[in-house]
Amino acid sequence: MNNDTLIPLIGVVTDIRQDTPDVKTFRVNALEGGKVFEHMPGQCAMLSIPGVGEGMFSITSSPTNKEFMEFSIKKCGCLTTWLHQMEVGQQITIRGPYGNYFPVETELKGKDLLFIAGGIGLAPLRSVINYVRDNRSNYGEVQIVYGSRSKDDLVDYQEIISEWQADPNIEVNLTIDNPQEGWDGHVGFVPNYVKELNPSTNKTVLVCGPPIMIKFTLAGLKELGFTETQVYTTMELRMKCGVGKCGRCNIGNKYVCKDGPVFRFDQLGELPDEY
Amino acid sequence: MLKISADRLNDLFNRIASEQTLYIPVDREPNTAEYRKYEDGMKLSESLNTVRSAKDFFFPQTENLAEFKVEGKNIEIKDIREESGDFVVFGVRACDARSFSILDKVFLSEPVDSFYKNRREHGTIITMACTRPSETCFCTAFGIDPTAPEGDVAVFADGENYFFLDRTEKGKKFIESVADMLEDGDTSKLEEVKEKTREIMKKLPLAGLGTDSFGGDKLNELFNSPKWAELSESCLGCGTCTFVCPTCQCYDIRDFNTGNGIRRFRCWDSCMYSDFTKMAHGNPRLSQLERFRQRFMHKLVYFPANNDGEFGCVGCGRCLSRCPVSLNIVKVMKTLEVKE
Amino acid sequence: MQEAMIKRAVQLLADGTVNRVMGWKRGEFVYDITPAVFTTAEELEKDFVCDDFTQANLSKYLVKESRKEGKILAFLKPCDTYSFNQLVKEHRIIRENVYVIGIPGGPKLDIEKIKAKGITGILSVENENYTLKIETIYGTETMPFSEAVSGKCSGCKSKKHVAYDELIGDDGEVLDSNRFDMVAKLENMTSQERFDFWRGELSKCIRCNACRNVCPACTCENCVFDNPKSGIDQKAAADSFEEKMFHIIRAFHVAGRCTDCGECSRVCPQNIPLHLLNRKFIKDINELYGEYQAGADTTSRAPLNNYNADDCEPSVVHERGVE
Repeated sequence: MNNDTLIPLIGVVTDIRQDTPDVKTFRVNALEGGKVFEHMPGQCAMLSIPGVGEGMFSITSSPTNKEFMEFSIKKCGCLTTWLHQMEVGQQITIRGPYGNYFPVETELKGKDLLFIAGGIGLAPLRSVINYVRDNRSNYGEVQIVYGSRSKDDLVDYQEIISEWQADPNIEVNLTIDNPQEGWDGHVGFVPNYVKELNPSTNKTVLVCGPPIMIKFTLAGLKELGFTETQVYTTMELRMKCGVGKCGRCNIGNKYVCKDGPVFRFDQLGELPDEY
Repeated sequence: MLKISADRLNDLFNRIASEQTLYIPVDREPNTAEYRKYEDGMKLSESLNTVRSAKDFFFPQTENLAEFKVEGKNIEIKDIREESGDFVVFGVRACDARSFSILDKVFLSEPVDSFYKNRREHGTIITMACTRPSETCFCTAFGIDPTAPEGDVAVFADGENYFFLDRTEKGKKFIESVADMLEDGDTSKLEEVKEKTREIMKKLPLAGLGTDSFGGDKLNELFNSPKWAELSESCLGCGTCTFVCPTCQCYDIRDFNTGNGIRRFRCWDSCMYSDFTKMAHGNPRLSQLERFRQRFMHKLVYFPANNDGEFGCVGCGRCLSRCPVSLNIVKVMKTLEVKE
Repeated sequence: MQEAMIKRAVQLLADGTVNRVMGWKRGEFVYDITPAVFTTAEELEKDFVCDDFTQANLSKYLVKESRKEGKILAFLKPCDTYSFNQLVKEHRIIRENVYVIGIPGGPKLDIEKIKAKGITGILSVENENYTLKIETIYGTETMPFSEAVSGKCSGCKSKKHVAYDELIGDDGEVLDSNRFDMVAKLENMTSQERFDFWRGELSKCIRCNACRNVCPACTCENCVFDNPKSGIDQKAAADSFEEKMFHIIRAFHVAGRCTDCGECSRVCPQNIPLHLLNRKFIKDINELYGEYQAGADTTSRAPLNNYNADDCEPSVVHERGVE
């Protein structure tokens, strides 16, 4: 019989980084080294610990990373709590890649890009950001607005400081919700910060974060003169199969696992408000 | 057309069963039929249809996907799939036969579900034309002709004989394999039977059920209808409609600790269940209204939107007779339809 | 009867005693009955039904309805009043938000029993002096009323209303029913015979949860079988052991609280006689702790929640299990 997408492969966790108090980033390799499979920025994979459960996670590393895949995972439910207890060397099952991806080779090419992320919402965008950095000449200006509850909750903070902020070709704007000792950067919620920054409306926007942040950010962008066709986001719903058959992530005639997770806001607007 | 006389039907069953596994509808209790593996002497049910649908043959309620051995940090995967044996399902009605083409659109679209495909390839579907439709039947609303069912082979009964018509290559091969038991028969009486059935179909209480108010282009107006609240009010949130439905195919994937490893299995799931879309951080379908709406929107709007207008319902009437509180797709359609 | 009920409901709506009415509504067919909430006289006059097919127990809906704004009128059959009382006792129904009118009970009809006679294409069913005249697409059929009586009514335990604010029709008596006969028969089987009986029945289960979701004793906000944290949540049986586990655990969970309303067996699409599991518990409770009818009142302590010095010893279970 042919391979079946529901039957996973084995990966091994080769590095674990504690990013924030409740987010860890896991590096995953194939058993024989290298990557388990290739992907595009924004795509996801099903990770599982047999006996605990299986869940869909965004691949946070860039496809340009040829050595390994990374997943930034927030401790939230049953499976993620188990994943957080893992040690290096732990094997997991992995299948994918699933879903569509940010149109980095088509619509986004040549464009000025504005990334807006909140909290763990940076995970899917990090893949795009690093893809863009590695293919820098293909894109125009790059601006990143990223916020979290506190300084400690900024995911991948070390990479942001040592690589993104150090990169003269990228503008990085960080913010945290409340003032904190040792933080001399911007304080305030992401949607307001975006309005303060008043980015040029010829930018194409990629936004990901908690639903409430996305909602207010979109409203703010519209006030600034952005249209829905300029703004992309990536969605999360409960998934079991990853291939548009099990029925769980169905919104209107779309399946988030297959037709998404990346949607442009004008496309989302055509779907029933059930996400 | 080739035929066999009614008194020799069991001889034919014995012959088929000697070569491959045969399933026929059998009465468990009067009017409560179920498919059973044929054994010598079993009597073909006269009920119009089985309580459970025929989807079970290709999409069983539970099936094992893989097994894992977990030792320390290591995981070993065992592919436990086996090639299905050849089997024949006899007596499938036109509605259920159509449900297979609907399920095919889900499971055989890329990436192909190898579990489903394997069974589909090994199964021969022998359908049987209806002669006594019930008040709950409305297959004609979805363009199904119960007197001319699809399938690999279609069987027609005129009271004395069973006539066999091949509809696919597989069906042709099947008829050839039992041709020595069949003989040429006069189909004139058969035409009368068909005509009579068609007349009955026109008189059925649901004969006038229309689908014009539904389809992929009616998404937002139907989704936003205020009538869902009243429609879903009494819904118990059980999965009866889903599980007896021949086209419902949502599933769950779960792990089971056998004590000797982990078995990953797939099982039927229902969008009517409260935990269907529940995530660690929330649930987009919080009340039964949203869940109820999802099931019917999927059949009447979302599925046709993705499948050239084909509806995800075959009018078998199972939800009409099995819902504990008599909620069903007909009630939904009649309530939501826009009258000219 | 139906007319009197509608008339009274319209009055109670008009004088502001209640703002909603819980009853039944008919769909396409004579037997196609859905519980429904009515808010206006017009709706009641147009759609309200109460006849030989209005079997559904409305009590469980009142858990939700009694938490809404205003008072709701509910028409309850004698058996439904037991479920109602039990839910009041468990603080699930807010009593003061419900106005109960007791109505005479069955026997109600089960369409499946009519269809089991091979009668199909049913257009109407008339009760003419306890002979059913059934119009079908294929002609007129007749059968005795008694042969179409619903299983939940044939073992009726009581015609007495145990909770009401007013009655339409007369109140009845607690009946001396034969409802434990089948349980006694099962008890007299060898353990192998009994196991085979239940394996045969429970293997038909498709885990649709209709029995649980209709059950007035199953009102947990989050059932153990739906709760991933319980460790036994399941959608379908992974093996034949789990298949039985669901029903047996459910029977344990409702033991001492099940009023024997019979809804579980009525709604089972696979016709599994689930009520027998509950009746076994009821019979055992009667024998071990003295006669007890769940829902008969709202104040007494339930036998399994109560301790008496003369309670049977737990070892009784073991002793009775020995053949």
